[in-house]
Amino acid sequence: MSGLTVQNRDIVIPGEVLAEGMDFLPGENTYRESDKIYSKVLGLANVSGRVVKITPLSGPYVPKVGDKIIAKVIDITMSGWRVDTHTAYSAMLNVRDASSRFIKKEEDLSKILAIGDFIVVTIINVTSQNLIDVTMKEPGLHKIEGGRIIEINSQKVPRVIGKQGSMISLIKTKTNCEITIGQNGLVWMKGTPEGEMQAEQAIRLVEKKSHLEGLTDKVEAFLGGK
Amino acid sequence: MVYKKRFDGRKDDELRPMEAKVGVIPNAAGSASFKIGKTWAIAAVYGPKDLFPRFLQDPKKGLLRCHYSMMPFSGSGERIRPGSNRRAQEIAMVMTKALEPVVDLSAFPNAVVEVYVELPQTDAGTRCAAISAASMALAQAGIPMKDMISSVAVGKVDNKIVADLSYMEEQVHEFNPESKDATVSDIPMAVVNNTKEITLLQMDGEISKEDLLSALRLGQKALDQVYQLQKKALKESFVKE
Repeated sequence: MSGLTVQNRDIVIPGEVLAEGMDFLPGENTYRESDKIYSKVLGLANVSGRVVKITPLSGPYVPKVGDKIIAKVIDITMSGWRVDTHTAYSAMLNVRDASSRFIKKEEDLSKILAIGDFIVVTIINVTSQNLIDVTMKEPGLHKIEGGRIIEINSQKVPRVIGKQGSMISLIKTKTNCEITIGQNGLVWMKGTPEGEMQAEQAIRLVEKKSHLEGLTDKVEAFLGGK
Repeated sequence: MVYKKRFDGRKDDELRPMEAKVGVIPNAAGSASFKIGKTWAIAAVYGPKDLFPRFLQDPKKGLLRCHYSMMPFSGSGERIRPGSNRRAQEIAMVMTKALEPVVDLSAFPNAVVEVYVELPQTDAGTRCAAISAASMALAQAGIPMKDMISSVAVGKVDNKIVADLSYMEEQVHEFNPESKDATVSDIPMAVVNNTKEITLLQMDGEISKEDLLSALRLGQKALDQVYQLQKKALKESFVKE
């Protein structure tokens, strides 16, 4: 017997057989043992051509170069800041990556970023041991002032952003909030208190129903139609 | 040769009624509740997170650390002193060893994934319920796993080879006046679902080789029921509407 044993978008659990025979190739979060392909995580089966992969529905954030994340300053060192990335690994923000202006050697770094500040940064380097370097020099990266930060499942971030940002721009216009989503699952929003509340509820709705299709319509209905 | 009918009227290969649910603790990365008869285990998974003390850190892969705890009035007898004790530490160790073969933490060097299991109510088979619950909680937390682990106890009560012993059966000489000198063997086992590899096998009491083998065969069949329930619970946790 050979062929797929699951349908596209089926929910599968670790160890479930996805395909039998050599007609299919194991993609992300799957593995092959003898002639069967098994799932490695809890998620949605995704068949594209001959490749079977799993889109995880939960799980820890794995840092990747180029990801925009929201981080918290936890320590100040000689050469920069140590930031908490909301994973098992903290990251380093070097002085020269912190600002486009020149920072003098004797300057007090806590005047620029104090312990406890939240910042929007991008990851510029990740080693095999998950040592992370971040930068704040690119456009759109800044220190966070005001608003609120909520925590969502990092695997649901793509759904909250939506195709070409459709979901997030919908929430932004409906609630009049400024929203920044970090790939690590931290979301910052700033607007009126009511708007922030509504935006949070909308994001929670997306998080809860992320495995369903037609989500943008559901969220639009939740936020009060056209 | 007098333990004819099981105390609760089950067939020899019948398990106590089971119930499983995932996502019972919203603050945890993953969580699960697993009930079998009166035994009830709640597992919560946290992490991966920074590992302390630092000498435990492994730069090649993450560490899996289990914690097992029975609540003060969970048993049928006296109050159990809360917190860790020698027995809890040993069970936590065998749980870790039972789960480790399927959990892949190579992506999380120097980190730890913590599994906490609480038992609000116990009636034999707690380590098995704990492992079954922990396996579901790890899956729900999205930790990469090769497979699921299912666990159940088998054994021999007097002359009968049975699955999923209750506390009364473990103490049959106390509860069945005609089995005063009976021997009881209680064999908790845990198995990787696809390969049927055994990751936990312990025994209390004594048993002959033939009986042990037939008990293990009985266990493999019983474990399939546990696995089907775990699978159903994990899939049902996603709302359809």
